Amino acid sequence: MTAQDHGTEISDEPTPDDVLRVEHISKHFGAVTALRDVNLHLHRGEVLALLGDNGAGKSTLMKIICGFQQPDAGRIFVNGQETVFKSVEHARSLGIDIVYQDLALIPGLSVYHNMFLNREKLHWPLLNNREMRRVAREHLDEMGVNIPSVSVSVAQLSGGQRQAIAVARAVFEDAKILLLDEPLAAMGVKEGAMILDLVRDLKRRGDVSVIIIAHNYGQVFEICDRVNLVQQGEITFDKRSSDTSVEELTELVVAEYRRALQERHGAA
Amino acid sequence: MSGTVESGGKVLGGVGSGNGGGGNSRGQIFASGLGVFARQREATVLVVTIALLLYFGLTHTSTFVTQTNAVDLLSEIMAPIAIIAIGEVLLLICGEIDLSVGFIYTLAPFVTLYANAYYHVPAFLAIILGLLTGVIAGWVNGFITITLGVPSFITTIGTGFIMQGMALTFSHAEPSPTPPAVLSAGKWLGIPGNPWQWAPFVWAVVLVLIFHVVLTRTRFGLYTISAGGNLLGAREAGINVGRIKYGNFMITGFMGALVGLQTALYTNNVDPSAGGYQPMFYAVIAAVIGGTAMLGGSGTIIGAFLGAIVLATLTDGFDIIGVSANPLPIIFGGAILVAMIANVQLARLRGSGRSI
Repeated sequence: MTAQDHGTEISDEPTPDDVLRVEHISKHFGAVTALRDVNLHLHRGEVLALLGDNGAGKSTLMKIICGFQQPDAGRIFVNGQETVFKSVEHARSLGIDIVYQDLALIPGLSVYHNMFLNREKLHWPLLNNREMRRVAREHLDEMGVNIPSVSVSVAQLSGGQRQAIAVARAVFEDAKILLLDEPLAAMGVKEGAMILDLVRDLKRRGDVSVIIIAHNYGQVFEICDRVNLVQQGEITFDKRSSDTSVEELTELVVAEYRRALQERHGAA
Repeated sequence: MSGTVESGGKVLGGVGSGNGGGGNSRGQIFASGLGVFARQREATVLVVTIALLLYFGLTHTSTFVTQTNAVDLLSEIMAPIAIIAIGEVLLLICGEIDLSVGFIYTLAPFVTLYANAYYHVPAFLAIILGLLTGVIAGWVNGFITITLGVPSFITTIGTGFIMQGMALTFSHAEPSPTPPAVLSAGKWLGIPGNPWQWAPFVWAVVLVLIFHVVLTRTRFGLYTISAGGNLLGAREAGINVGRIKYGNFMITGFMGALVGLQTALYTNNVDPSAGGYQPMFYAVIAAVIGGTAMLGGSGTIIGAFLGAIVLATLTDGFDIIGVSANPLPIIFGGAILVAMIANVQLARLRGSGRSI
């Protein structure tokens, strides 16, 4: 196994109760191998950090899990049932939803119109704005998302508030497995803390499981239960956060850079 | 960071403030701030409109404040701009534009004319066929833009030329009088003399109100804003963006045909040199003066209606003052630029930072 050569550290085992299990996933783009025999699992109610450098393969893995791309080989199980995702919509109908920071919301629309986008409440032929405002307000309050008014247009909100609304919308649409793609990117400390608090609240509710994709693990280490590290298309590290530390992760990443540098000099 | 700006007694935070955190009082200021913007966007044009009407009304009362001039201004000059602007606002909001609508205007009356005069289609049906021509032309624009993937700016230049050529070829570049049967069957579209001379104005007002509701209170409107505001996000949410854009091209085509037919009836003349780029540009300018973003994602039909009144008042007012036709475009172009510069700078002062 090549994985062993990189010094794979796996200390967490899948269980039959896992909400998501990915087995032996591979993905190639032409001659480039993006993912090689990847195994990943997500326990119910867990927050999993999926870490890795740019180009390590974590985005490809997420695109496969959210149904955007199909793997070349491997199997995916949702709640123990083997599933082949036909599309993003299909994955979403099974409760898997991905939240991109900038893609999610329509800036020119109000918060509540965004919350109800493509599932509007109607007084046919008109929109039932009053009802949508009420429900959106209720839902955001329940999730502890603090915005002044649901009638504000999203363009007027800060990056953190937008991210919070996007997460709240996914949960509102009944997402059970939430993929957060770089949720803290380009965000100040206070904003970031707001998002981390939101994820912590989700964890407390227990019915939503979360995968946070990040390359800055220092930010997300605080709230995740478990850490997976993706390096060169493989998951090389899988430990509970309580069994590892930011220092250990740093050492792993530094070692990878060292190896890459050596390869460059070796080749030259 | 733009810092804070005094506006209507409220302190507005800059958009995208780094620490936003969502504090309640700060948020409420954001909310009421937005309300202030929203009202001001159309209020600016409204003030300009009223100022212009007052100026010409007070300085040239005997000629400006008459029924004849009211019909000239509102039915003949303003209504065509406002009606076409409805379509352009919708298209600009969803990220497209139709430069061909002025040639739909040219072509549609010919379809009615030939259907009635040569193929003996009953006049009312011939009018419907003319209107349908616009819808079909809009569909073709949509097909080339959305299904075949050509930018609408290019698509509609091409289809515009084709329709212009068709009108010239069919007519041998000769105008002909509107058939009497069509005149009597279509007087509700607007013909000279009371009460039908008011019809174009009434059509403009009614269509503006209907499409204002469509834009702000229906799914179709929400999706139009979504398509232009965040195309990927709208697709992600499962919205059929293509269908929305097709719809808006077809609405715009209908508006072009309607104005073309109204003009043919009002002037009793089906003219291959009617329409063209000018009414289209007037409509786009009315939309933009009224606060519609050229880059999509936001806009208002009421604003465009006020923009149309501004343009019509300028055209009509200068005519009444007796400015000769030659320097008129200079004054007109200057007025458009001044209006737009004021708009952009006011928006910057308000800290909205929105692109226009």
